[in-house]
Amino acid sequence: MADPLLEVVGLTKRFGGVVASDAISLTLMPGELHAIIGPNGAGKTTLIGQLTGETAPDSGRIRFAGRDITALPVYRRSRFGLARSFQISSLFPEFTALDNVALAVQAHSGHSFRFWGNARREAALREPARAALGRVGLAERDGMLVADLSHGERRALEIAMALATAPRMVLLDEPMAGMGPEESSRLVETLRRLKSSVTILLIEHDMDAVFALADRISVLVDGRIIASGAPAAIRTDVAVRQAYLGESEGAMHD
Amino acid sequence: MSERVTISRAARLTPRLAVNVVVLFILALVPVYAMLSGDSFAMTLFTRVLILALAALSLNLIMGFGGMVSFGHAAYLGIGGYAVGILAKEGIGSGFVQWPAAIAASALYALIVGALSLRTRGVYFIMITLAFAQMVYYVAIGLDRYGGDDGLTIYKRSRFGDIVDLNNKTFFYYLCFALLLAGIYLTWRLVNSRFGLVIQGARSNERRMRAIGFPTYRYKLVCFVIAGAMCGLAGALLANHTDFISPAMMHWTRSGDLMVMAVLGGMPAMFGPLIGALTFLLLEEGLSRITDYPNLILGPMLLMVAIYVHGGIDGLIGSMRRG
Repeated sequence: MADPLLEVVGLTKRFGGVVASDAISLTLMPGELHAIIGPNGAGKTTLIGQLTGETAPDSGRIRFAGRDITALPVYRRSRFGLARSFQISSLFPEFTALDNVALAVQAHSGHSFRFWGNARREAALREPARAALGRVGLAERDGMLVADLSHGERRALEIAMALATAPRMVLLDEPMAGMGPEESSRLVETLRRLKSSVTILLIEHDMDAVFALADRISVLVDGRIIASGAPAAIRTDVAVRQAYLGESEGAMHD
Repeated sequence: MSERVTISRAARLTPRLAVNVVVLFILALVPVYAMLSGDSFAMTLFTRVLILALAALSLNLIMGFGGMVSFGHAAYLGIGGYAVGILAKEGIGSGFVQWPAAIAASALYALIVGALSLRTRGVYFIMITLAFAQMVYYVAIGLDRYGGDDGLTIYKRSRFGDIVDLNNKTFFYYLCFALLLAGIYLTWRLVNSRFGLVIQGARSNERRMRAIGFPTYRYKLVCFVIAGAMCGLAGALLANHTDFISPAMMHWTRSGDLMVMAVLGGMPAMFGPLIGALTFLLLEEGLSRITDYPNLILGPMLLMVAIYVHGGIDGLIGSMRRG
């Protein structure tokens, strides 16, 4: 068996008396799509913060691609191949869609202490950015300002920016957030196509999407992983069903 | 919509371009007018416009493009000016020493202020830049050897060998004009380079910049130092222009003036600082001739611009349609 790409061991984070992450352990194999689900307040945001480096854990380790990244700052993790998208679209609104993605490419093509040449004319930045836009179906929108894109297009742009950094793993933070059914199903198709080429950690509320896409699912409740396994096993797991019954009855039906 | 991506657009004959060309044309002809009419005051006023435009341009780089609201920018003018004045007083009259010293001293100061202030955000950033500027102001007051509170007269302008004479007002004017244009060109290249896009990205969404892999702090710091150096040069010019330095040139209200020029002209437009400096200084001058309380009119006018005109004068011009 290959080495895991991401290995989280005993990750714990407290905020005052609240244990937001309670000894979370998690592994991600290269090439898999691993989904994390959990009711509101389960500690998903805190977990993401620790994986991306915005939140420091109280204890526990995070290993990524054979290296301990627990103490690395955000930008170093990104350089190391851990990309993310944001739950609430976090883009550069004054820039065009292509500019947004090209900036992500630029972040991974050497230092940016280059003061003279016009970066918008560099094929080495624009072409990979165009390709990333194409992968999420935004090729036609390259020249549009982010402010003029639809919600669904911005969500797709989020993912394109993560992909453009040629990551080893992409952490998608509720990519379907705020989407209508039609937009969601289009994004599911996009993710299904991406699955084969990149390892994905998917945090998502949309159960249809999760069960359609995931190779494995981990269920986070009250800061703890209460179950982890193939979708079929999770669907019938008693603890999972109980945890979800309180929040939204029928969410697990399907 | 196209107005919002001006920087990347090729030049077309837009109202903005027309205004910029007219402004440059008029500025180029000021010495001719002064010579024909014998109005030497126009030369003094417009030289000041050019120098403060360079200072406002530097502020526009960090505030307009970089989103770093530095409220102490006059300190760089002062440091550049004092570098020239102190060296002149100590018998070092060569501009080849004075001007690099002015630029280096301002850059070093920017490095120190930036290294500390850029770790903070928002109002804290503003307060730290202001606090540093106040510190420099009071240090200058304490420099008894260099005139203290009263300031210091510079008896000889910077010397650049035999070819160049800064006492020639026309020559000095065109030198300031050339340096301003060079500054604008440099800034234009800079903000569209890889470096410039990082700076603009950090203004737009710093969290995302870090998430895609940029260590934003070091880029912002370098930008801060570049702006400091540029404003230090403006300070060296100002000292030569007025033949005088004093702590007053770094008073916090001077920093406020520079901010007003940048905002009035329109951020982050390339010619905004020049148009802002021109408008501000001409208004100040004109109003002080018709009233004893020019600020009573200037203040509310600026307020109106800040509230109602998004993007300053440049934005106003840019929003004008054909016909």
